[in-house]
Amino acid sequence: MKIKGIKDLVIFLGPPLAILAIFVFYPILGTIIISFLSGSSFTFENYRAVLFETIPLKALIVANPGPYPPWGALVHNAVWIVIAVPTVVLLGMVLAYTLRKIFGSSIVLGIIFLGMVLPGVVSGLIIRFMFDGYIGIFPRIFSLFNIPLLSSTWTIYPETALFALILGSIWLWLGFSVTLYSAGLDSIPSSLIEAALIDGASEREIFTKIIVPQLKPVTIVVTLMTVMWILKIFDIVYVVTGGGPGGASTVLALIMYMYFASALEHNKAAAVAVILAALTLIPAYWYIRMVLSGEKL
Amino acid sequence: MRSKIFLRKLFLNLPIWIFAILWLLPFIALVIMSIKPYTEVILSGWWSIGGNYTLKNYIEVLTNPSYNFLRGLGNSFIISSLSTVIPIIFAAMLAYSLNYLSFKYKTLLFILILFFMSVPQQMVVIPLFNLYVKVGLHDTLLGIILLHSAWGVPWIAFFMRNYFKMIPQSLIEAARVDGAPESTIFFRILMPVSIPALIAASAIQFTWVWGDFFYAMVFLPTPANYVVTQRLALLKGQYHIDWGLLSAGAILTMLPPLLMYVAFKKYFVRGFIGWGVKG
Repeated sequence: MKIKGIKDLVIFLGPPLAILAIFVFYPILGTIIISFLSGSSFTFENYRAVLFETIPLKALIVANPGPYPPWGALVHNAVWIVIAVPTVVLLGMVLAYTLRKIFGSSIVLGIIFLGMVLPGVVSGLIIRFMFDGYIGIFPRIFSLFNIPLLSSTWTIYPETALFALILGSIWLWLGFSVTLYSAGLDSIPSSLIEAALIDGASEREIFTKIIVPQLKPVTIVVTLMTVMWILKIFDIVYVVTGGGPGGASTVLALIMYMYFASALEHNKAAAVAVILAALTLIPAYWYIRMVLSGEKL
Repeated sequence: MRSKIFLRKLFLNLPIWIFAILWLLPFIALVIMSIKPYTEVILSGWWSIGGNYTLKNYIEVLTNPSYNFLRGLGNSFIISSLSTVIPIIFAAMLAYSLNYLSFKYKTLLFILILFFMSVPQQMVVIPLFNLYVKVGLHDTLLGIILLHSAWGVPWIAFFMRNYFKMIPQSLIEAARVDGAPESTIFFRILMPVSIPALIAASAIQFTWVWGDFFYAMVFLPTPANYVVTQRLALLKGQYHIDWGLLSAGAILTMLPPLLMYVAFKKYFVRGFIGWGVKG
């Protein structure tokens, strides 16, 4: 009986663990080790070098001579999170709530979700198109109001490139948020809302006092997932701006690729990868804790 | 009173529908641009309905040997289908072990799987690149298929495990009492009742692998091996952009995931919800 149990374990657990060990676990460990190697010594030199690098297309913190404003990829990722996360959360929640009272809400939901299915390169091209000076939607609208800076191609000017990408990412990712919030709303017992209605609560009170608190777990998941997604963002930036102009729209994942591909500086590339992974670990840690606490119940 | 309710409804419906159409507008523009000569798009804009319509952009993208789009589509099909089937099998086995077999360090393994789900792709490429160059997997479809397959195992295993949790335990126990071997329970009992989850996971995994760009850039440097996303990125010139060609290429590139989405919409959405809401 015992031997049969071990045999089953080997058959069922062996192959998946083997493939994970070779293609996921080993390279993660390898990257960490490589990131500390400089020549043949074991140091923090690579981390120091990448953090204080100032060449615009490789800078993590400060770029010199910088675009306007002269910040590096870490700052860009942070700005991205600060703008996109609250927008995606708020818009997602309000839309999901409003959609319940709309004709054909599943069609609207289907449209908004489309962005989630697109290959990153295609999304990038669509974002590039949306902000194209000649035929793009945003510059056309702003040219009606006679605002010259926003009427040209956003992605080729350092002042606007990053914001074009951020707005585009919101367009892409909103589907995730709305879908999760819709599911979250489905799980709120209708008796809760009916009771509030009987007590004479207004529509607004029901939303802020019942719906929002009830949706808190969904809000946490949407926030964590969105932060992780933004930290790892690569495709759309590579395709739309390549981090330019002059490093105005670089992000962490792109810098890692720059070190890896353009200059073949693998140790520094590994250091950037570890920094990126360490940052994603913060939201990931919260998410893992949430999943595990759900298990115990 | 009636008309007041109607007005209220309209007041609520109209902005949302306008919002939805605005959201869809870039897609509509893309389709129009792909079936119009680019000169006309420049002169009178994609929003003008009149003028000529043509499939020239599609023919150009598909037949011009310097774009080699068909080859790219072919490579993407091979890579995406195999990188869907392989991890589904492995992940189902892993999920089965986590749910129905008893062994030491199960919680640790589960935490490790959750951790692998959130690791960025950038974290594995350098050692794998060196390894692949050494063993001859670099610049081969097989190499990237193996990587995509391994990369898919953690999230699919998590997803399948959550699904297995909803299946009554008695189903498995009854089979065990009858003396059925584990492999029979797995293939004959568990897999057939898990078909919805298998479809959802396959659709999402296929879409992700199809859309991958980063791994392809690192592991497939030779043009003959390019996948369709690399082909599309090349189609966009550095300075001059031919939106006619580009939109035709973009539509061809997104068509397979789009069809997948339309066909399996319900499963797709459920799959994403499974990620967020605890199983």
